[in-house]
Amino acid sequence: MVETPLLEVRDVWKAFGGVQAVAGVSLTLPRGEVRALIGPNGAGKTTLLNLLTGQLACDGGVVLFKRERISGLPPERIWRRGISRTFQVTATFASLTVLENVQVAILSHQGRSRDLFSRTGRLAREAALDFLKRVGLEDQAENVCASLSFGDLKRLELAIALANEPELLVLDEPTAGMAPQERMDLMALAVTIVRDRAVSVLFTEHDMDVVFAAAERIMVLHQGRVIAEGTPRAVRDDPQVQAIYLGGLG
Amino acid sequence: MALLIVQLLTGLANAMFLFLVASGLSLIFGVTRIVNFAHGSFYMLAAYLASTLVTALPLGPSSFYAAVILAPLGVALLGGLIEVCLLRRIYRAPALYQLLLTFAVVLVIGDAVKFFWGTENRTGPSPPGLSGSVPILGQLFPTYDLAILLLGPLFALSLWAMLHRTRWGILIRAATSDREMVGALGVNQTWLFTGVFVLGTWLAGLAGALQMPRVALTTVMDSTVIVETFVVVVIGGMGSAFGALLGAVLIGVLQAFGILWLPREFHLAIVFILMAAVLILRPWGLLGRPEAETLPPGGAVGLGAGGRLRAPGWVWAGVLLMAVALPPLLPAYYVWVLVEILALALFAASLQLLVGTGGMLSFGHAAYFGLGAYGAALLMKRAALPMPAAFALAPLVAAAAALLFGAFCVRLSGVYFAMLTLAFAQIAFAIVHQWYDFTGGDNGILGVWPSASLATPVRYYTLALLAAAVGLGFLWRVTGSPFGYTLRAARDHPRRCQAIGVNLRAHRLLAFGVAGLCAGLGGAIFAFSKGSVFPDYLSMPMSVQSLVMVLIGGIHALAGASVGAAVYKLLDIVITKYTGYWQAVLGGVLACLVVAFPHGLVGFVQARWTRMRTSLG
Repeated sequence: MVETPLLEVRDVWKAFGGVQAVAGVSLTLPRGEVRALIGPNGAGKTTLLNLLTGQLACDGGVVLFKRERISGLPPERIWRRGISRTFQVTATFASLTVLENVQVAILSHQGRSRDLFSRTGRLAREAALDFLKRVGLEDQAENVCASLSFGDLKRLELAIALANEPELLVLDEPTAGMAPQERMDLMALAVTIVRDRAVSVLFTEHDMDVVFAAAERIMVLHQGRVIAEGTPRAVRDDPQVQAIYLGGLG
Repeated sequence: MALLIVQLLTGLANAMFLFLVASGLSLIFGVTRIVNFAHGSFYMLAAYLASTLVTALPLGPSSFYAAVILAPLGVALLGGLIEVCLLRRIYRAPALYQLLLTFAVVLVIGDAVKFFWGTENRTGPSPPGLSGSVPILGQLFPTYDLAILLLGPLFALSLWAMLHRTRWGILIRAATSDREMVGALGVNQTWLFTGVFVLGTWLAGLAGALQMPRVALTTVMDSTVIVETFVVVVIGGMGSAFGALLGAVLIGVLQAFGILWLPREFHLAIVFILMAAVLILRPWGLLGRPEAETLPPGGAVGLGAGGRLRAPGWVWAGVLLMAVALPPLLPAYYVWVLVEILALALFAASLQLLVGTGGMLSFGHAAYFGLGAYGAALLMKRAALPMPAAFALAPLVAAAAALLFGAFCVRLSGVYFAMLTLAFAQIAFAIVHQWYDFTGGDNGILGVWPSASLATPVRYYTLALLAAAVGLGFLWRVTGSPFGYTLRAARDHPRRCQAIGVNLRAHRLLAFGVAGLCAGLGGAIFAFSKGSVFPDYLSMPMSVQSLVMVLIGGIHALAGASVGAAVYKLLDIVITKYTGYWQAVLGGVLACLVVAFPHGLVGFVQARWTRMRTSLG
């Protein structure tokens, strides 16, 4: 069966001043695949994600999503096409309650962000609670988000990112700063949620245990280039990867 | 040709003063990240102080020069005192509070000058040895200006040498480009900040003292010079001393030639048009560096739950009952006071939507209030519409202006946003102020009275109450709507908000339009209650008043703005009964609010109320 890839990246470039952060990356991501993007600090992982979701503009190359060009579009338009993301530094709306955080995202998905007259309270409330249930935050729904623990904030961000029923979920270090067991739990949660919806996931991660537990395929980025791609086993055994990055692993 | 050259020299001489003031402001901003409104006040104070010292010092002719040296030193000392006592407390506070605290200093110094020197214009003595004129190409040019032209570059050079050749100067430059780094190097930041503030204030004072023999000393020198200085600094680039020089020369020359070639309506507006153009094309100024703005959570105004005042129902019912039943029993004067409070409440509440809910620090909100007032007056007087139609359409005039100006402003954020809103308000002010044929210039428009059926105080009050109820109800509804929540989300975390499909600029622009509409309605109520409109309605002090009202009520509570407007107006009435120095008192109140009650009165009561209820229940 020949399927069109969900995401196709062709020869994407990005430089900051004199530093070539992303140097000709190409990749194709099939529907439903969970893929990890790994590499040492400064390899260009976050930059690449920012290029895909529109926070940064490419210097060269194209990004196709469901065969349509999305490079050059602003982040809000890319989100509307069905790509959602979380940020490395947790990004939530601190003055809103947990529930309202998700409500705002759902209302945006429903095209009601500029509704000037309805009362927000009950709008999309059930749907929002449903997302909170999925990430296990329903008990915290009425709390102001500034009062949440770090791990709960990460869960909340995941719930926000799910609000538009994305086809591709981009996670930038979803478990950074969490305790080891919490990390495995959160990533397992993310994978379970996306599995039954055939959502593709592209995530960066420093914790190799999390990567090998969650990812179906792994891409290794080094100095802005893809140096290896394959199954976890193949990547682990790749001598070049071992030399540059994994070092003593496995 | 000769005329042009002399005009150019005059422009350059003016530029030297602007440069001194602007380089001081820029240095202070670069290091402390505070936009110091009080900078112009130090300039004014030094000019007055110098004029007194000249006559008081027993030094004969040389007392002039002694005064020019001593006055800036005295002012710099005062600046240091203010930095240590006040500003030091708020370096980490959101930008709004910093700006308002420096504005409190403006108010106090303004009234202090009136107290010590009176409100009549003064002229300084001519400088011994430099009075008179010299002929240049057959035209006479003041000798003193020539001396200033020679002195100016000397100061620029010394400043450059200080910044590049001394350890302290290098620290200042390092702090300007990376504050954390300087902290990490073990430099005592506290005293670096104080030192820079004193130096910057001294530069302003020097300009004021040197200006003393050239211009009439007036009590509005402070706002005139601070607005021009903002323009210079924004054009040149905040934090760049050489940007200040470039900006000053551009503005000085532009003004000198603008007077020759442009129609009068544009004399004041031209510099702001240049500023707006620069901000649109290069938001960080010609020589400034774009900086990744690291706004604290909640942006320029800080975090807050906002939007909802959970007062018990009987409070609301009581307020409503009083609003309806009381006025027929009151003397006419107090009914007009209530009308004014309603107008101001709309003005303040619409600003609260932008500043509190939206995190957009508007310093030019009076433009929309004023354009609502002028819209009403012009529609009635020039378009000959009946009064009710003019009243109903006026808010649309303000909303249109808000959408037009807003389209440029929403591209920026933080203090740059504040600057651009101020620039647009000044453009509107300048045009209204000088377009005599259409707006009546500073004579205003008189005879803007409600139609006969609405002309009694209570009837007009009823109209105002209905209009205000509609406007405030609309704002309340908007705040609690998906739009309002999304606006708060955009304030809390712009990037996240974009990544849930929100077009930030369009969203903020819509907020601008809504706020403009409601401010315009307030302006229309105001215009017909006064029976006249004046350019003051659009002026910078008016914009700051609206911010003060919002702050009194509490930045994050919509209902707070109305309370703030009422408290403000009543304070105004009470205090002006006992003292002519209302501004100084207001400044004191403002400083207290910023330092002690940053969440405003309503925020304060709200917090107390919640605490009481939790402890009881």
